[in-house]
Amino acid sequence: MERTPRYLKLAGLEPLVVTPESNFVNVGERTNVAGSRKFLRLIKEGNFEEALEVARDQVEGGAQIIDVNMDDGLIDGKTAMVSFLNLMLAEPDIARVPVMIDSSKWEIIEAGLQVVQGKCVVNSISLKEGEAVFLEQARKIRLYGAAVIVMAFDETGQADNYQRRIEIAERSYRLLTEKAGFPPEDIIFDLNIFPVATGMEEHRRNALDFIEATSWVREHLPHCSVSGGVSNVSFSFRGNTPVREAMHSAFLYHAIRAGMNMGIVNPTLLEVYDDIPKELLDHVEDVLLDRRDDATERLLEYAETVQGTQKERKTDLSWREAPLQERITRALVKGIDQFIEEDVEEARQAAGRPIEVIEGHLMTGMNVVGDLFGSGKMFLPQVVKSARVMKKAVAYLTPFIEEARAAEPGSNRAAGKVLMATVKGDVHDIGKNIVSVVLACNNYEIIDLGVMVPPERIIERAREEQVDIIGLSGLITPSLDEMVFLAKEMERQGFQVPLLIGGATTSKAHTAVKIDPQYSASVVHVNDASRAVTVVGDLLQERHSDNYKKAIKLDYESFREKFLQRGKAREYLSLEAARANRLVLDFGPETIKIPRRLGIQVLDTIDLRKLEPFIDWSPFFRSWDLHGKFPDILEDPVVGQQASGLYGDARKMLRKIIRDKSLTAKAVFGLFPAASTGRDDIEITGTDNHPYVFRTLRQQSLKKAGVPNRALSDYIAPAASGIQDYMGCFCVTAGLGTQELAQGYQDRLDDYNSILVKALADRLAEAAAEYLHREVRVLHWGYAPGETLDNAALIREAYKGIRPAPGYPACPDHLEKETIWEVLDVENAIGVRLTESLAMWPAASVSGYYFAHPEARYFGLGKIARDQLEDYAERKGIPLEVAEKWLQPNLAEVTALVR
Amino acid sequence: MPELKDLLEKRILVLDGAMGTMLQRYRFSEADYRGERFRDWPQPLQGNNDLLSLTQPAALAEVHRAYLEAGADILETNTFSATSVGMADYGLQDYVHEINEAAARIAREEADAATARNPEKPRFVAGSIGPTNKTASMSPDVNDPGYRAISFDELRIAYREQVIGLLDGGVDLLLVETVFDTLNAKAALFAIEEVRAERQLDTPVMVSGTITDASGRTLSGQTAEAFLISVSHIPMLTIGLNCALGASQLVPHLEVLAARAEVGVSAHPNAGLPNAFGEYDQDPQQMAAQIREYLEKGLVNIVGGCCGTTPEHIRALADLVKDYPPRPVPDWTAAAPKIATR
Repeated sequence: MERTPRYLKLAGLEPLVVTPESNFVNVGERTNVAGSRKFLRLIKEGNFEEALEVARDQVEGGAQIIDVNMDDGLIDGKTAMVSFLNLMLAEPDIARVPVMIDSSKWEIIEAGLQVVQGKCVVNSISLKEGEAVFLEQARKIRLYGAAVIVMAFDETGQADNYQRRIEIAERSYRLLTEKAGFPPEDIIFDLNIFPVATGMEEHRRNALDFIEATSWVREHLPHCSVSGGVSNVSFSFRGNTPVREAMHSAFLYHAIRAGMNMGIVNPTLLEVYDDIPKELLDHVEDVLLDRRDDATERLLEYAETVQGTQKERKTDLSWREAPLQERITRALVKGIDQFIEEDVEEARQAAGRPIEVIEGHLMTGMNVVGDLFGSGKMFLPQVVKSARVMKKAVAYLTPFIEEARAAEPGSNRAAGKVLMATVKGDVHDIGKNIVSVVLACNNYEIIDLGVMVPPERIIERAREEQVDIIGLSGLITPSLDEMVFLAKEMERQGFQVPLLIGGATTSKAHTAVKIDPQYSASVVHVNDASRAVTVVGDLLQERHSDNYKKAIKLDYESFREKFLQRGKAREYLSLEAARANRLVLDFGPETIKIPRRLGIQVLDTIDLRKLEPFIDWSPFFRSWDLHGKFPDILEDPVVGQQASGLYGDARKMLRKIIRDKSLTAKAVFGLFPAASTGRDDIEITGTDNHPYVFRTLRQQSLKKAGVPNRALSDYIAPAASGIQDYMGCFCVTAGLGTQELAQGYQDRLDDYNSILVKALADRLAEAAAEYLHREVRVLHWGYAPGETLDNAALIREAYKGIRPAPGYPACPDHLEKETIWEVLDVENAIGVRLTESLAMWPAASVSGYYFAHPEARYFGLGKIARDQLEDYAERKGIPLEVAEKWLQPNLAEVTALVR
Repeated sequence: MPELKDLLEKRILVLDGAMGTMLQRYRFSEADYRGERFRDWPQPLQGNNDLLSLTQPAALAEVHRAYLEAGADILETNTFSATSVGMADYGLQDYVHEINEAAARIAREEADAATARNPEKPRFVAGSIGPTNKTASMSPDVNDPGYRAISFDELRIAYREQVIGLLDGGVDLLLVETVFDTLNAKAALFAIEEVRAERQLDTPVMVSGTITDASGRTLSGQTAEAFLISVSHIPMLTIGLNCALGASQLVPHLEVLAARAEVGVSAHPNAGLPNAFGEYDQDPQQMAAQIREYLEKGLVNIVGGCCGTTPEHIRALADLVKDYPPRPVPDWTAAAPKIATR
């Protein structure tokens, strides 16, 4: 009577369902005192904290089940099992996977079963002590709700041939399903993996018998699984890593095809089946599949020739035998910095001048990297790793080169000199650093002036260094003006150096419309690192660069014209008419909830572990030019492998940051009585009854009938209504410590990790903002106490209420940050300050407002007309020019007002 | 008289609503809780609702009657905290069997009387088994994550005593509910299986977990599917969710259970979320409107109410479910081998 298919289903905090489509289920075995000397030592010393890290490493390394074994003569196994499991299950990132309770002692198994809430696996029971004990244990296991591994073992001993394996398996299966009421899908057979090539005649079929018995079991005993410890099979070749790796892979390949669907495999002792050298594979398979009488002798003989140099190293180091150039190229392509200095030294000794090593060996390698990158076979994170190796090589060579240069002046010539800077008032440099690294890989000399660089310094250094290109970067909108200013200044001072523009708020439109007309030399908008190389190359090549520059100018000119024409067609409402078409909301007890606690609160340290689940990973990948939605991006056919690698590194770094507490997250927020005015202002009552005013801006674009012209003030009850309303504002940072940490990596020439740290800090800041918003909704304000949203829903912003940030579409005026800083005394409270362009420092910070009205939505302000600019300047009491400077990006070019 | 199994094949059954909410209306004093029998008990007893089965049986019977009149098919006994673990707060551990048996009898009598009045609508009694106030897989001490306030065996023995009391009082089925720590529930299920085997009974079991908050997980951290997998080793009549959330908030998690479970699915949510004063103010129509989504999506076989629900809520649900077919279950016999009725 088949109903739905019966699958092995296990659970930790999350489910693990093993279906025919599932890949091989990998059981982590490092938390096993019999299998890991380190773990044994930690348990003996009672160092459970570090022992937990062993478990965590396995889960992060991809183990889907965690095997825990405390069988050791010098340990109280029962106590150790219970204590360790209790601690492990208190760690959500470990407890998410199911547990395998591994012991040869029933009392330890039962003690373990009594502390695990999920559905675990017992490892193991067998007929060793007869049917009665076997059935009694099986019944208990079923009552505790666990699956079970059954060893192929009976009253007479361990099954060591095909026939005994299938007899014991069948007998066990019948007893379990017919007498103990055990669900067949909860039975996992361990059919004994024994060593081959031992020299003993009776061991010749050990692997083959296992594989054939596996086939038989999966075919004749419905719904069960087959498991085993793979490393046993290669026991005879301990010390010969290449042979063991090949043997494990070949064995698994055949066993999995026969139906083995679970097991203990040390992932560092595994080779890709297709990558096993043909000859080695033949020798290994001859042994495993017992294909020739002399298979063992032949493999032993052959093994001598592939004897690995190091015993515990996983990596195949045969590439180290290759010629020098190949080694250097491989180190660069694979990002391996382990041997680069010795290789470079070898090259230096062979070369006439040290610079030839860079121009020759290293550039040859980097050209391969560049080609692979250009053709989409390498991805940005890999390239940055390549750069790390390159930097290390160059650093090693530099003293020699300088020595040589002193003896023979005028020799060195890089492909070109590029000055890079994040403009004044802006602190964001992840993108700039990536472009720098990629250009450096292509033999450009980079003069990196860092962040918050004033225009006069850029110009001064550009002149001093005689640079060939200047790259400007910025993320916040005021930086756009800085770039325009710099272009004007460069024009005035007669510069001819091409200008590259990049960064999140920059665009081709802004570059074409605002910057390009100010500068008669080339201006190019470049927003991804891979394009930067071609653009710089085109700009600097000697013969055709003039044509290229002309083409760019023309392209920007026509783009500009089209863009401005489009602008002409737009009509805007007068501010008065827009205000008349405001969003009118219901204000009353249904929509207004009094905050549980008014006033300002400071969270001095936010536990980073709490933030981890709130991280939105998709933008993280975007910052590395890997485009796609997380987590689908990890499976993406094109960038999936890269994304996974990067993600692995990021999680590792995050774990390190959390463990070392090297970044600090803090927050300050306040909830205040508030009322809106007829002129789009919101008046709040701060602490000590001090009044403050937030100025908001109103959409002026012409709307369809029934669509309002919104301003954020519409979300707050008007003072005139007499209804008391509330709003909040906040600032969070996760950036404290970023600079030091990133600099530490940079000092070690490790741009990859330096960029990684900054990108992670940004994600943590966003996560902190999301976390704090939820705490405010659910707890501090408490208007959504029962909210149930997972992270995906949070990212979709499915919650009630909004947290718009000054500088973003709903309220693009950065000036309002100053008010937030005043209201919350942000700098004193949590140490985040505003730069002259009103960027937040440290960069990984987020600030904004809280609006709780259920109808509050994010919107984009769009363009505003001059009448609102004038009104805004008057309300705020600032000169018109100042207002114009800050609102420039939002000012409509043409103001045909409709009333 | 039709069996529970036959009824479940045909229609959605209705579980009763909150007991505590209804008992609050009586505003019992300390003296009322004590009754004659516990007049001189050394500890305060006010608030021990489970004790009312011994000291205020008439009020209890009245609440059960109100739910039966509202259309409930299944009554829950007033035994949510009636284990030696829960009763230890009042020093009443020795009365656990008696409290459970008495509570079961009161519900039994009312259910049987209603069945006698209308044999076409047979009524059932479910023995309510709560989570206790201790957690077996979580530490109450943040500084000592390895500590546990209660062991599996302590829970198993406490639950065993409660189960025996309930069965002696004549319940038709057992309801392990408000599961916030799956290990507690596993101890209850272990005890139930032991007693079922000893007494050669096949009393059906309903298991109902609690998703506590925005995380979409139980208090002990499991997802709905992990929870389902972790209790599926015991034959169940239904798996479900109750308490903590209102009807709407349960939908995504019920969808998971409905898609994965091979047995029936139950839900008895709260009357919305509590307001600032901890009161539930969702009215019967509002709740029914949200439950309608369950029915339209075919998610459930049994619905009822938890905190804040009243006979009016249950009446609204009973009226509503008439128009909808139950969620199809492949094989009720496999879910509950032989379903006993009286």
